[in-house]
Amino acid sequence: METIIEKSLEEVFEEKIANDIRIEPKDWMPEQYRKTLVRQISQHAHSEIVGMLPEGNWITRAPSLKRKAILLSKVQDEAGHGLYLYSAAETLGTTRDQMIADLHSGKAKYSSIFNYPTLSWADIGAIGWLVDGAAIMNQVPLIRTSYGPYARAMVRVCKEESFHQRQGFEIMMTLCNGAPAQKQMAQEAFNRWWWPTLMMFGPKDSESPNTEQSMRWKIKRFTNDELRQRFVDMMVPQAEFLGLTVPDKDLKWNETKNGYDFGDVDWEEFWNVVKGNGPCNKDRLSARVKAHEEGAWVREAALAHAQKRAQREAQA
Amino acid sequence: MSQQKDWPLWEVFIRSKQGLDHKHVGSLHAADAEMAIQNARDVYTRRMEGVSIWVVESKHIHASNPDEAAAFFDPANDKVYRHPTFYEVPAEIKNM
Amino acid sequence: MDLHHTPTPAGQEYLPEKRALLLDYTLQLADTSLILGHRLSEWCGHGPILEQDLAMANIALDLIGETRSLYQYAAELEGQSRTEDDLAYLREAVHYKNPLLVEQPNGDFAHTILRQFLFDGYHFLLLQQLQNSPDQRLAAIAAKSFKEASYHLKWSSEWVIRLGDGTEESKARLLKAMDHLWMFSGELFLMTETEQQLAQAGIIPDSASLLPQWEAHVAKVFAEATLEVPQNVFMQKGGKIGRHSEHLGYILTELQYLQRAYPGLEW
Repeated sequence: METIIEKSLEEVFEEKIANDIRIEPKDWMPEQYRKTLVRQISQHAHSEIVGMLPEGNWITRAPSLKRKAILLSKVQDEAGHGLYLYSAAETLGTTRDQMIADLHSGKAKYSSIFNYPTLSWADIGAIGWLVDGAAIMNQVPLIRTSYGPYARAMVRVCKEESFHQRQGFEIMMTLCNGAPAQKQMAQEAFNRWWWPTLMMFGPKDSESPNTEQSMRWKIKRFTNDELRQRFVDMMVPQAEFLGLTVPDKDLKWNETKNGYDFGDVDWEEFWNVVKGNGPCNKDRLSARVKAHEEGAWVREAALAHAQKRAQREAQA
Repeated sequence: MSQQKDWPLWEVFIRSKQGLDHKHVGSLHAADAEMAIQNARDVYTRRMEGVSIWVVESKHIHASNPDEAAAFFDPANDKVYRHPTFYEVPAEIKNM
Repeated sequence: MDLHHTPTPAGQEYLPEKRALLLDYTLQLADTSLILGHRLSEWCGHGPILEQDLAMANIALDLIGETRSLYQYAAELEGQSRTEDDLAYLREAVHYKNPLLVEQPNGDFAHTILRQFLFDGYHFLLLQQLQNSPDQRLAAIAAKSFKEASYHLKWSSEWVIRLGDGTEESKARLLKAMDHLWMFSGELFLMTETEQQLAQAGIIPDSASLLPQWEAHVAKVFAEATLEVPQNVFMQKGGKIGRHSEHLGYILTELQYLQRAYPGLEW
């Protein structure tokens, strides 16, 4: 009897997926679907939060008041995006505290791109232009992802994200049109961020264990390699416009596939950064752990005060 | 004192300038209602999205059961006469 | 379009002497909001909880916005075709006019909250009055920032109450912050010569006269926070006339780094 009911629930679920009907928090869903979502959404949220660090690194050194305000509001947006995403994941029954604990213990991952350092002001331009460009490419399809709260969070994220890439491109354009030292700064930043950005789309399809199921459940809508190809095709002309040289000797237009051929990502570096051996993995994580631990007494105090106040109001 | 360490979760509803209704926009954590309203302002109205904010602790939200969605909502499907477009109005009649 | 149009420098209605005073004062306000905004922005990404990270960034953004309007006005008053950025990025610490309070390090969250609270009360009262200044530009900037400052004051007042009447630890931390910061509160209400002259001319409020209202607000919030108002503390002063703590030099080293390393470029 029980199995029959189970099966029919699963059928209802599969039917919704097939008909592009969103799955909502209280709907029945396969346990694996729930787990995949918690993993993906929390990883996405963690990426926003850890991603605040490399850019935040330049807020106090931004070269003009206008740039300072723009950068601060951009990094603040990332905090907002992290918050929307944690909220979406919480509808699946995992608390934010649990997710944060998983991040801090190293169990949960975040985007490896943020394990690279920001060395010059041009890195802020490169991150906005390249990294946010890649993020948008990954994120826009998620507006149509099958889980309702995630899709709705992504609508908000994408709407706000649109200025991020533009401000990055504007920084790059200003530098590329500026003094030779600025142009050089831009090229060096481009050289440093190009390959790590290509890694953002994840391992090759043939080595991505989760892709197939995620595609079937419409959590993901394009494969890693598809998105990576699209990104290269979109960015190369933009780099040419800026007068920057793509640091890839294998880059070549391929008429038959109507896209660029490009060199292979250094997968050894990729897997090492994922495993925690990137240049900033330890710094990033310890900065997050420190903020959380040093904030513990603040969170406790606010809660204690709220309880005292509630008690007083109950007595009055 | 309780052992709870997490700030409770609150649902946020915002009425936009053009909007007539408060609309659910998401959730956040806050220690008390006052803080929840301020956080909602800081988190969800950074781009002048709102003119009014409601917050309610998530544990107080009661939702309809999705398994009963058919019983709840399908009966409204055939009551098209509740919608103004059901009625034919001659073209000469304006402002109706 | 008239490409050769040069805008009339602001403050033409004033005699040069008064314009110089007004410039001095506008810089004082601009430096103050810049340095505090800078300090708050250091929290970005490191706050005690995500929601408060956003709140502090919002306040920092408000302050930086206020800073820009003020420097733009100052640049016009000066009339030497310097820009807002020249004023922020190319002046030395000894020429900065912010009170000592705002350059004090963030410390822990209790330090940041208390510093903000002491400042917000003053900022709120000052802007409330400055909205009525006969100087149209200052009045307009004040009117916009007053709305923001009202929110800041609400935010920091509530946090003082939460931390004071929270846990033993939060109270102890707040008291420690008090020990560091209270002595910088007096300077906010201490008038420089510039301020005295402008106040006498009725252009800006007499900031000394704001003190009783500030004290009343502090007393009210401290009572709720179960804190005592410190008595007989020797007050530090000097920031407003360029005698700063050692902290300011480091703030400016960071803030001004790119403009100093690559003079005269666009960013």
